[in-house]
Amino acid sequence: MTGLAPSGLATIDDRAASDTFEVCGAQLTALPSGAAWWAREATLIVADLHFEKGSAFARRGALLPPHDTLATLARLAADVARTTPARVISLGDAFHDGFGPERMGDEARAQLAALQAGRDWVWVAGNHDAELIGEVGGRWVDTLTLGPLTFRHEPARGRAGEGEIAGHLHPAARVRVAAGTVRRHCFVGDGRRAILPAYGAYAGGLDIASRAFAGLFALDAVVVHLLGEGCVHRFPSGEVAGLGVNRDETARRRASR
Amino acid sequence: MTDLDAPSPLPAPFAAWFAANGWSLRAHQARLLAEAEAGRSVLLVAPTGAGKTLAGFLPSLIALAGRPPARPKERRGIHTLYVSPLKALAVDVARNVERPIAAMGLPIRLETRTGDTPAHKRQRQKYDPPDILMTTPEQVALLLASREAPALFGGLTTVIFDELHALVTSKRGDLLALDLAGLRRLAPGLRAVGLSATVADPAELAAWLMPQRPDGPRVEAELVIAAAGAPPEISILASAERIPWAGHLAVHALPEVLAAVAEAKTAIVFVNTRAQAELVFQELWAANDAGLRIALHHGSLDVAQRRRVEAAMAAGGGPGGLDAVVATSTLDLGIDWGDVDLVIHVGAPKGASRLAQRIGRANHRLDEPSRALLVPANRFEVLECRAAIEANAEGAQDTPPLRSGALDVLAQHVLGTAVAAPFDADALYTEVTSALPYRDLKRARFDRVVDFVATGGYALSAYERWAKIRRTADGLWRVSNPKIAQVWRLNVGTIVEMPMLKVRLVKNPGARIPAWGGRVLGEMEEYFFETLTAGDTFLFGGEVLRFLAIREQEAIVTPAKGKDPRIPSYMGGKFPLSTHLAARVRAMIADPGRWASLPGQVREWLELQRLHSRLPRPDELMIETFPRGERFHMIVYAFEGRLAHQTLGMLLTRRMERAGLRPLGFVCNDYCLGIFAASDLGAAFAARRPALDDLFDEDMLGDDLEAWLAESALLKRTFRNCAIIAGLVERRHPGQEKNGRQMTVATDLVYDVLRSHQPDHILLEATRSDAATGLLDIRRLAEMLARVRRHIVHARLDRISPLAVPVMLEIGRESVAGGTEEILLREAAETLIAEATRR
Repeated sequence: MTGLAPSGLATIDDRAASDTFEVCGAQLTALPSGAAWWAREATLIVADLHFEKGSAFARRGALLPPHDTLATLARLAADVARTTPARVISLGDAFHDGFGPERMGDEARAQLAALQAGRDWVWVAGNHDAELIGEVGGRWVDTLTLGPLTFRHEPARGRAGEGEIAGHLHPAARVRVAAGTVRRHCFVGDGRRAILPAYGAYAGGLDIASRAFAGLFALDAVVVHLLGEGCVHRFPSGEVAGLGVNRDETARRRASR
Repeated sequence: MTDLDAPSPLPAPFAAWFAANGWSLRAHQARLLAEAEAGRSVLLVAPTGAGKTLAGFLPSLIALAGRPPARPKERRGIHTLYVSPLKALAVDVARNVERPIAAMGLPIRLETRTGDTPAHKRQRQKYDPPDILMTTPEQVALLLASREAPALFGGLTTVIFDELHALVTSKRGDLLALDLAGLRRLAPGLRAVGLSATVADPAELAAWLMPQRPDGPRVEAELVIAAAGAPPEISILASAERIPWAGHLAVHALPEVLAAVAEAKTAIVFVNTRAQAELVFQELWAANDAGLRIALHHGSLDVAQRRRVEAAMAAGGGPGGLDAVVATSTLDLGIDWGDVDLVIHVGAPKGASRLAQRIGRANHRLDEPSRALLVPANRFEVLECRAAIEANAEGAQDTPPLRSGALDVLAQHVLGTAVAAPFDADALYTEVTSALPYRDLKRARFDRVVDFVATGGYALSAYERWAKIRRTADGLWRVSNPKIAQVWRLNVGTIVEMPMLKVRLVKNPGARIPAWGGRVLGEMEEYFFETLTAGDTFLFGGEVLRFLAIREQEAIVTPAKGKDPRIPSYMGGKFPLSTHLAARVRAMIADPGRWASLPGQVREWLELQRLHSRLPRPDELMIETFPRGERFHMIVYAFEGRLAHQTLGMLLTRRMERAGLRPLGFVCNDYCLGIFAASDLGAAFAARRPALDDLFDEDMLGDDLEAWLAESALLKRTFRNCAIIAGLVERRHPGQEKNGRQMTVATDLVYDVLRSHQPDHILLEATRSDAATGLLDIRRLAEMLARVRRHIVHARLDRISPLAVPVMLEIGRESVAGGTEEILLREAAETLIAEATRR
């Protein structure tokens, strides 16, 4: 899936591979795991890890398999090994709830510490992280700005979203294929901002055609990267099922006011 | 008829009531009275119209009529429990049993209890139960888990299972078998009475009714088989039109179907799927110049709408009645629909027993033949209908063998047992293995299920502190807190529905989507809407609708102008062709001597096949290869039903991919599987690269199957069912019924994590065992591969053969599931790239 040069599409450089996306001039690579790699800054970015979601459910009586944190960490360890980043940014909701760190097992704790060793580890605070109890290493920020990019948990509305890399919404998209449609977690961006897919093993997806995404992107410029096996699949906005339905509706609602 | 000289076994008021109705006691009714007298359990196999229900209840009515009145303050429990697979059937039978009670003025209280019974009445029934309670399997589970269970069931003498043949084929039957064992714990002398349609192996059903002993011989209830009624008159519609090569709608024959409806008093037009029901209904109305009153009945329609149709059906062909109803399996069972005198089956019946049961819906009088008209939708279905008629004439049955008990159901029952009262594991194990489906359950597996219920059964012992049940110092297992019992009650049962969306109709198309308002038409599976984009049209409730958007738990639709909807892509019947009918179809094709009874068009089709290719023989697996367009095709004539073919397709394409044959996809119907590829398959097989024997080696059921299962959407769906039934994820949580979605984790994600971290987990074991017989039909595939070993015949053709045409016509109509998804996704992305880079 690399080496092909799609031309005539906005914001894509001729030399760009189909697994890269641009945000305000910064070139990032969409990894099939759901992480983004910013080579120029040697920075690995992940969103919505939701560590200890399994045990959060167990607390409420649904005894889901407790291996989700280890599964997410294993995925993260593979990305770290592949990219050897100087910096790792977690875009919020690293833990499913405030008691997550407390419930985290010794093995997971040791693995996380090993990943953090020798690099700048940045936790961007998310809505689930507000009252985090327990020590998890790294440093905490509300937002982080690096060059043209701002890293934030929840996408800002309107112009404030310029140059933003965010998470929170767990984007997923459906595309039409030869027979039926295929739905996957995805990266979604329009050249000015981008939202990363949820990275956690138990984190679900929200269709980017749903209202939560309305008004965030210039729809004509939207490009999604669907997560695949060992690669990502790039699609322009016209190929994404249902995209724009709610835009029209939003526009109408505005007009009718 | 009983021997007229023998004294009537009926007490005087009953004898008078029989006489007043002009009836006499039938032989099987007398047998059931005698068995009851002797305190024995009994299975009654009888055709519809034989007075089966009355036979089941008569002993209880007589016993209750002769019982001395209760002493003041004496509390009696339930005397007779009646269990039906359908709420509506329980209510209907209650009405029928009330009639003799009222006519004879018997001092018997009879009540129903279903999910629709008001809460206050259900509460009252617990401390003031009726003599006879008519209910469903789920309610039995709930009552057994209540504190009042010993008082309710301590005096129970009889439990009657209606339509037992239908109950035992699913997980509901497993749960009911466990509950029957539980009832016997409370009422040791309990007599079980099973009422069943004709099945392949009645002895199995008879054993299901009895408590089994470990290592002893199988114990069976007494078996009573009622005399068969007049044989049905079944004919195949001899259409003057051209019979299509493929398709399932029989549109060509619908004018002739209308003519048959016009001649009958009331007809039921059975189809196999909801999509078929919608389309056939629409097509019938389009041609309905005579203004016949035709209604639609299927499981997705709004309940009120269905009740209206049922009421009209009961009115028969008179005023306010109906001339015909187009129905799916929702009308398969039990309820007596007045004047129905003709059953029309559009599409092939798929199984001999299934056809017999549907035909029984016409004419509930035993001495007159039921009339049925089969309307094959394509040429293969002509063969299948002919095979079904032959099977029916011989009385051949092809109901599936009894299932072995599912572990997810057992998990639900174990927690339910703890909800009722603290339990001892040894005693519960003995009780569970007395139920026939769990007779062979090993103690170690039982213990793993208990462990699963307690803490999830994970190798990481992470959840001790959140255990649902705990073993206390007295050795008994107890529920940890009352909330667990509450959640169990909310989630009891084994019927797992697909996530559904309400279909809400809004008018004024084109305007903005209103925030609320509009009429709810019914419910449809969420996954169906996920395949739609705004503007797509489809048929629902006989109307063409345009899909606008998904809003919360609703699909917003508006009436569409066009008459040409995008059709839901359910293919064929939901039920795969039975092995029995498949074998008959295969034998018919192989023997030109038997073609004389077939319509000319079908005969010619088979003649052409013999001329251009060859006829598949019953003892071999025939494979054709031929080029077409830019692709190379391979047709596998396996005759094992759609589900097994789909699994075979998944496995074969994987192997072919590895062998460098570049498969692009596959399609299947009930009779064969078609695979298309970018490289010359015929040449490759001729050069034995690979040899067909190797390609079809049974070892594909080993590693290949495992590898495919890892990503199979069907297996994930199966896992979801198991996880819900076993209580790993909840359908309903107290106070959160509405936004349940936010409180859940997608079971697909749970499956992926569990599979990679604990592949031997008990729920994965349950999932795999479901898959063997369920959506993947692996068992049937395995039997086929073993049978055809070294009997594979390759016909290398230079063009498509007549027999291959039907499946080839499916290409592009059917969505491809599972393993090929990634290939399609890559293809779609690359196509776009190619377009974008073209100069």
